[in-house]
Amino acid sequence: MRNAFAAALEAVAASDPRVVLLSGDIGNRLFDGFKARWPERFYNCGVAEANLVSVAAGMALCGLRPMGYTIAAFMTTRCYEQIRVDVCYHKLPVILVGTGAGLSYANNGPTHQSTEDLAILRALPGMTIVCPGDASEVGPALSAALALDGPVYLRLGKKGEPRVHDAPPAVTLGEPLAVRAGEQVCLLACGTVLPLALAAADQLAAGGLSTAVFSHHTVKPLCEPFLADAFTRYRVVATVEEHSVIGGLGSAVAEWLAERERPAARFCRCAVPDEFLHAAGDQHYYRQQFGLTPEAISARVRATCRAYPGGNK
Amino acid sequence: MADFEAMATTARRIRYDLVRLSHQTRAAHLGSALSAVEIVVAAYWHALRLDPQAPDDPGRDRFLLSKGHAATVLYAALAHRGFCPLAALETYAVDGGGLPEHPSRGCLPGVEIASGSLGHGLGLGAGMALAGRIQGRDYHTFVCLSDGECNEGSTWEAALFAAAQRLDRLVAIIDYNKWQATGRSDEVLALAPLAAKWAAFGWHAVEVDGHDLAALCAALDAVPHASGAPTAIVAHTVKGQGVSFMADDNNWHYRIPTADEVEAARRELGLA
Repeated sequence: MRNAFAAALEAVAASDPRVVLLSGDIGNRLFDGFKARWPERFYNCGVAEANLVSVAAGMALCGLRPMGYTIAAFMTTRCYEQIRVDVCYHKLPVILVGTGAGLSYANNGPTHQSTEDLAILRALPGMTIVCPGDASEVGPALSAALALDGPVYLRLGKKGEPRVHDAPPAVTLGEPLAVRAGEQVCLLACGTVLPLALAAADQLAAGGLSTAVFSHHTVKPLCEPFLADAFTRYRVVATVEEHSVIGGLGSAVAEWLAERERPAARFCRCAVPDEFLHAAGDQHYYRQQFGLTPEAISARVRATCRAYPGGNK
Repeated sequence: MADFEAMATTARRIRYDLVRLSHQTRAAHLGSALSAVEIVVAAYWHALRLDPQAPDDPGRDRFLLSKGHAATVLYAALAHRGFCPLAALETYAVDGGGLPEHPSRGCLPGVEIASGSLGHGLGLGAGMALAGRIQGRDYHTFVCLSDGECNEGSTWEAALFAAAQRLDRLVAIIDYNKWQATGRSDEVLALAPLAAKWAAFGWHAVEVDGHDLAALCAALDAVPHASGAPTAIVAHTVKGQGVSFMADDNNWHYRIPTADEVEAARRELGLA
């Protein structure tokens, strides 16, 4: 996903001279191509994320289209006030790119995990939050973000995630992307867990539960007509995300759902529980501990189906 | 040649507006606004290349009031300089009025940034200065900080960044009135020697009497410095300057003047 971002960045920068990249002392080789073509449009801001965000806002106030790039936790929780005041209060078109979303850097421990970023950014007025489901979605998502005239958080994984789409899909921000059709269960995958959701859907289908999967790449704004349809059409709707169960996509959907009258579908959230792990372990290990494996997701969905065989009907 | 006498008269008029507005709206931070009066007068009546009729000209010099709690000094300067009618000041800190106690961007023509939370302005200014370089514009960016604001780590992040990028058209003016909200700024955190700290961070640092208009104008005229470094002007000021019973009394960080005190201030300032 990182490499897809670097390629997409070069593509948009070639046609938009306002694009400037501000790095938080990472991506050493990743942006060599960009730096070689536009040395005056790349700045390593050092390990100083608060300043990186303020500099980006200052540039945007002068008509540039800056993008900040660093590890997701440091791009968000580290410098939240600068995002809130300098970017969002000023309504500026700054794109903040967080790499290593969720548990991508699990092996580095909770300091490098980003499982609260969606929660805090969702609360900011005017912020658009986009979590591409695979590398193919990154380019279209970046172009769509650049076409907006306001703040965007683009939440990326690391490298080597499985590709889901054969070709770059059309990404319309706010509209979940149908990846697989199904009739009884609907999985809304947020970001890098899209392949997990597809594997879970395979298992559910093998057990007789026809399961649709969407890449729910935009966490904010929510597509309310889509949700209204999904909660009418399916028996169970489940969100899947590498983010705390508090404040992410699952929360956003739950907040919306709480004010609906008698939705047909039951709802469940597959997310990171409200805890830090102190053990060493890689992304797969952490996913296992947190119930974010195809087996655990499909088990959650099956249990929900058993408990409410007719949904809410 | 700058007309320092006229500028001093303007400074007195602005001071009276600050006192009057604080009384009228019961809004705090009067002492902090009074200490920065000569800084804004030297900027808006001498150093800044600007046209009040074209506040969004891409080539304009930028003045950022990072110490947003002193908002009235910026509002009054813009109004007296012709960015808006003086009557706009009466919308300060009233329900539904256009001028908040801490500035929002564009609340008056010429208000470049929202400020209020400290430690943001220098990074924003660095971004503007760098944008100017990228876009081939030769404007200057002046950022007025409080000394208390130099407590914030983000101020020093921005200082390091500006020095690394050699942003010679970026100027930090530190309103060094030696007080922050609840104590002496050199005691709350070890701020002194402040100019030496800026120099150590790679800036061309100068110290001036922040109430001496000629000294301030000379320091502002010396930008950009030949070394290519950004310039820090450490302006030694007095909190509450210009009104004898407020000067260097930190109660006026929050205290609101009475009607009698407004009248006493008016007499001291020699205004009819």
